[in-house]
Order: sequence, then structure tokens, then C-alpha cells
Amino acid sequence: MQGAVTVRVSSSPHLTAGITTPVIMRDVLIALMPATIAGVVFFGLHTALIIILSVVTAVVSEALIQKVLGRPVTINDMSAAVAGLLFALVLPPTVDLWLSVVGAFLAIFVGKQVFGGLGYNPFNPALVGRAIVMASWPVAMTTWTWPSVGSLEAAIGGAAGNAGLDALSGATPLALMKYHGIQVSYKSLFLGDVAGCIGETSVLALLVGAAYLLYRGHITWHTPVAFMGTVAVMMVIMGQDPLFHLLSGGLVIGAFFMATDYVTSPYTPKGQLIFGIGCGILTALIRIYGGYPEGVCYAILLMNAATPLIDRYAKPKRFGEVTQSA
Amino acid sequence: MIPLSQHIGAPCTALVKKGDRVLVGQLIGDSNARLTAPVHSSVSGTVSGIVSIEAPGGRQVEAVSITNDGQYEVSPDLKVDQDPLEMEPAEIIRRIRDAGIVGMGGATFPTHFKLSVPEGKKIDTLIVNGVECEPFLTADHRLMLESGDEIVKGIRVAMRALKVQRAFIGIEENKPDAIETLSRILVGERSIEVVPLKVKYPQGAEKQLIKTVLNREVPSGGLPLDVGVVVINVGTAAAIADALYRGMPLIRRVVTVTGSIVREPGNILARIGTPVSHLVESCGGLTEDFGKVIVGGPMMGIAHHTLDTPVTKGMSGVLLYSKSESKVTEPTVCVRCGKCVQVCPMGLMPGILADMVDAGKCELAQRDHILDCIECGCCAYICPANRRIVQSIRLGKNEITRRRSQSA
Repeated sequence: MQGAVTVRVSSSPHLTAGITTPVIMRDVLIALMPATIAGVVFFGLHTALIIILSVVTAVVSEALIQKVLGRPVTINDMSAAVAGLLFALVLPPTVDLWLSVVGAFLAIFVGKQVFGGLGYNPFNPALVGRAIVMASWPVAMTTWTWPSVGSLEAAIGGAAGNAGLDALSGATPLALMKYHGIQVSYKSLFLGDVAGCIGETSVLALLVGAAYLLYRGHITWHTPVAFMGTVAVMMVIMGQDPLFHLLSGGLVIGAFFMATDYVTSPYTPKGQLIFGIGCGILTALIRIYGGYPEGVCYAILLMNAATPLIDRYAKPKRFGEVTQSA
Repeated sequence: MIPLSQHIGAPCTALVKKGDRVLVGQLIGDSNARLTAPVHSSVSGTVSGIVSIEAPGGRQVEAVSITNDGQYEVSPDLKVDQDPLEMEPAEIIRRIRDAGIVGMGGATFPTHFKLSVPEGKKIDTLIVNGVECEPFLTADHRLMLESGDEIVKGIRVAMRALKVQRAFIGIEENKPDAIETLSRILVGERSIEVVPLKVKYPQGAEKQLIKTVLNREVPSGGLPLDVGVVVINVGTAAAIADALYRGMPLIRRVVTVTGSIVREPGNILARIGTPVSHLVESCGGLTEDFGKVIVGGPMMGIAHHTLDTPVTKGMSGVLLYSKSESKVTEPTVCVRCGKCVQVCPMGLMPGILADMVDAGKCELAQRDHILDCIECGCCAYICPANRRIVQSIRLGKNEITRRRSQSA
């Protein structure tokens, strides 16, 4: 043939689904939108600033760190943005903006880039950020508000008793249960009109987003169902209200959006079930017997550490597997 | 240009030389090896030489170059003397060998070898593969619609050769007309049944096909005969009928010529040895320069660099991509999403196997059953990081078989 004709000769397959990492990250951001909006609606515009600063800091931090370390800048894959958003969504709505910035930076730096960037981090970056910030500024990280006085009233009915609503207005539903024995209504918990982290309160908003991720095939039922199912079972065994626990705290956001993080969780369905069960057991134990009213964050981080071990042993069933006895 | 190696097994040696006159159906190449398939002329004309050409995939093969005289004079040696359904199985198998028939689904495994059941193995079922699960390809579909009778005749002959009492024809549900056509031909026939199958790639892979139709799993490292089954493609069945009823060896096949840049894509019944460029011309040519030419389907086909390549026995299709369709995306980092594990039809962990091969640890990969990989491409298809998973796995498999043959 005349001239230079470029023909590509590459290995099969010659077709791709086109679902790249940026596409998945974009879908996660979309899936988190309902919970993000719910957070701003319930807790006010200050939370919007917390969120924006967190995302921007995460992205800028990643770009800066990668540049300084001479690595290719990969912020286009949007994984930093996702980490920034998730980090913000598990902050109390009352935190100062500087805490959001510092935490987002730490999430990316300590939680991701020191290990080599996307794909190499053993721990969930957003949760690493949260754990560091929690340990460093425990008061700021445990200062809660209810969306409104009406919310608290609606949530606990007349359970306030003589102490009055004021005395309880700084407690989350989990704290109300653990330290005061007061049960918050399922309806309030489901809608999210309760005290808690910015994006974790509205189970409804989170489930809508989770449904989208399931529909798109980016997450499967294994981890969330194993996680939440185990918490429910543990609560029944320990004489607690399983439904209350399923709806409160960071369980829904943790089970669907944190425990399902690709890099830090097992890559086989069998492994994901084991991982979910482990998270569930740890969450339940910390919630009931531990020092904190909430255990999701640490449960996931601990199970992240177990992921490589789980991956080594939880292999899928092979086609035509020849059993020992055969 | 008729390659002397169009099959798995030993290549043939040319039995003709420059200047010889050859006729349609005449034997032009054979080999003494057990695993081989003879090659025949698909046209009449004069041999212009024995040349060396590059097969898709890069292997150099010898080919008989024939100048077509346009007469298509058929060789008088073709034998039609007995009803195949009254022949001894061994005779049927011998004629299948002599006709140079190989697996026409693309694998090109010599059919006579596949039908020769070794001592100790018992076969009870023949499965005929009309699944055609590769996107774009419709050659088998068209064959089933237009040559259903030939296919069924071939199936009956194969059943006699295998001494089995039942056969199933697997067809994906996206071909309702083919299902209907074959079912109509088989009305009243109790030993052959059409089985409509859910459309799911790679349903046409023989292990998956056997599992769906009979719920038997071919053991890891084993063959269909280990579960009492032999699988052949519908095209192979039709070729068997051609050989046993008309005495005509394998000299032509249906080829799908397709792609967004082909003016009039379609199926062509092409003679073996025809340059692919001629097929493309018959389809109205291309609307623009091609960026990729794929022999086979988009999932498992082999990319070649030119249309100047002959039609071979295993060429089920030619797929042409435009330049923009051929753009490559650089691989990014593995995010351990596990999608490759979810889609693998063999229950392997493709991304991990690729990691092992890339790290030079083929022995680890072997322990994790990399040899079970059927190279269907589902893993690389779904990978969000665009990793070249199948490519790495292939390298690993080749390395392992190379080491095996060296130490053997």
C-alpha cells in the first residue's frame, strides 16, 4: 500500500464495556448527591462549605503531592473527589472549615498517597482522615446538633421527660440510646431528620444512591447485606433493637459506600461476604460494649487490614474444580 | 493462496509443485502426523508456487499459490458411493479426515481426531454448536437458515461415527428464525433436539455449552469426552454432510464480513484461499481506511495488519474497525474492583493471574489454574482500568506450555 497506513494489531478482546475508573467514580459522586443534598437541607449552608472545601482540598492535595513526588497527576479519575466528599459526609455539621481542609488533606496524604496512590492504599482514605481528625480533635468531632428543635421533638416524642430537650440536644440517636435509653422514632431515622454526620443521617437518601450504584453494577449486594445483616443478627443476640441499629449512625453509609470501596475490600464475592460479616461483628461490639456509641468507622478500618488475608483464602468456585475425593 | 496449515496440529507438506494443474477438491497437501488435516484446492488452475505467508497472529505458514482459471472444474476423484448412514464409523471418520474437515467455529481442531474416541471413554451425547455468541458474527446464523438440511444430515453422520443416540443443537435465543427453521426440519425426529439458549457471552464456549445443555462440568484440565460429550460446530456438521454425501472436501465456508465501515456487510460463502480483500470488495468496499482488521469476532478474534490474507477453514468472520474505533486506551492502575472475578466464566481471578504473569511468577499462576482460561475476553472487556488481562494471561500460558515441552 502507498504511504504510511497505521493499522492497530492488538490482543483480543477488541471491545470494551467502556466503564472506566472515572466513570465509576462519577457514578459514586452521583449516588452520593441525595445524601449530600439532604445533609445541606437538614444542617444548613455551613455544611455546603464544609463539603466543597473538603472536595477541593482533596483534589488539590492529590495533584500537589503527585507533582512533588514526580508521579503522573491522576485527579482526572475523580477518586480524590470521591474521597473528599465521603470524608465530608462523615463529619459533624458543626465543625470549623479548617478542620474539613486539614482532614481532607490527611485523608489523601496519609490515607492514599503515601502508599503509592490509587490501588495501593490498604485503608479507606476517607475513614483514615476521619480517624486522625477524631483522635486529634475529639470534642469538635463529637459536637452534634439536631436539624431543628422540632426534629428532636418529633424524634423522641415525650421521652425527654423532666430533663427537657435542651439536655439532649447534643446527643445523636445512638448516644441517646446508649447513654439515656431513649429510642428515636424509625421514621425520623429513616428520613434523616436527626443529629449525626452530614451525610449519614438520611437512610432514604443513601438507599436511593446505593440503588443507583447497584443498578449500574458498581457494587454488589454481598458486602452491604453481610455487613448490615450481621449487625441485625448481633443486635438480636445482644438483646438490642435490630431495626433501630440498622437505621442509626453511619451503618448505611458505611455498608454501601465505605465498606464497598474497591481498593480496600476483598475482590471476590466470597471474600466480600466474610468482610461484611467481620465489619458487622466489630460494629456491633463497639456500639454495645465499646467506648463509643458508633463503631462503623473503626470496624471498617480494622477489616481493611484483614482484606489481604481474606483475599488469599476466599477464592471463587472454579468451573470444573476437581475435588480431592473425586 | 491456500495455507498448508489451517488447523491445530502438524502442518501439511505440499503434494503439488509449481506448474501443476489442479482441480476443485483435489488433494494438495497432507501430513503423516496423527493430529493433522489435509488441504485441498478450492479452485481449478495452475500452481504458481509454494510461498511463505504470515498468518494472522504472526506465524509464518507455507501456502500453495494457485492461479485461478475461472473454470471451477471439479476433480473426478470425488467419491460418492455409499450411504453414509450405512458406513462403518471408522470409515466415516476416515472420510472426514480425508476431506480435511476441522472445527469451523474457529478452533480448527481436526474433526476426525475429535470423533475418534479413545479406549475407555464412553460418549453418550453429541452437542452441535449453533450458539454464535460473538457479537457481529452471523455466519452460523445464515448457515442454519439456508443449509439446515445439510447441517442435520451432517449431525446424523457424526452421531453414527460416535455411536451416540442423541444430539442437541444449541442456539441462542436471538436467532428465533434459526431455531424455528431447524426445529421444523427436525419435526418427528426424536434423537436430535434444538435447545434455545439464553443470550449470554460466552455461551458458545464448549465447556459452558455442555454445562448449560447437560449440566455437566468438564473437569479442570479435561476435555468434553471426560463427561461423555463431543461438541461440533454447525458449520462442521454441514461440511461433514458435504464430504460424505457429495464427496466434496472442505473447500469453502461462510464468512461474515462486517463492521461499521463496510458498505454492505453480509455473509459470503467463500472458497478457501480467496483473498479477504476480494470479500470486502464484494461487500461494497469500505467507506474509509480501516484502523483494524480482525479475523473472527471482537472478543476472541485475531487482529491482522492487512486484507491481503486468504480465507481459511477457521475464518468465521472478518471485522473491520474504523480508525476511531481502533483507538487504544492506556491501561491505568488496578483498583481491585473484582469485576473480572465476577465475569470470569471459568471461576478464575483473571486480574490476579495477570499480576502474577507480569511479575514473572508463572508457577504461581499455574497453581491458580491459569491454564483453565478460555481466553474469552470477558475480564478485559469489563476492566475499568483497561488492563490487558487476556494478553498477560496468554503470555503466561505460553510460557508454561513452553517450559513443559522443554522439560518433557
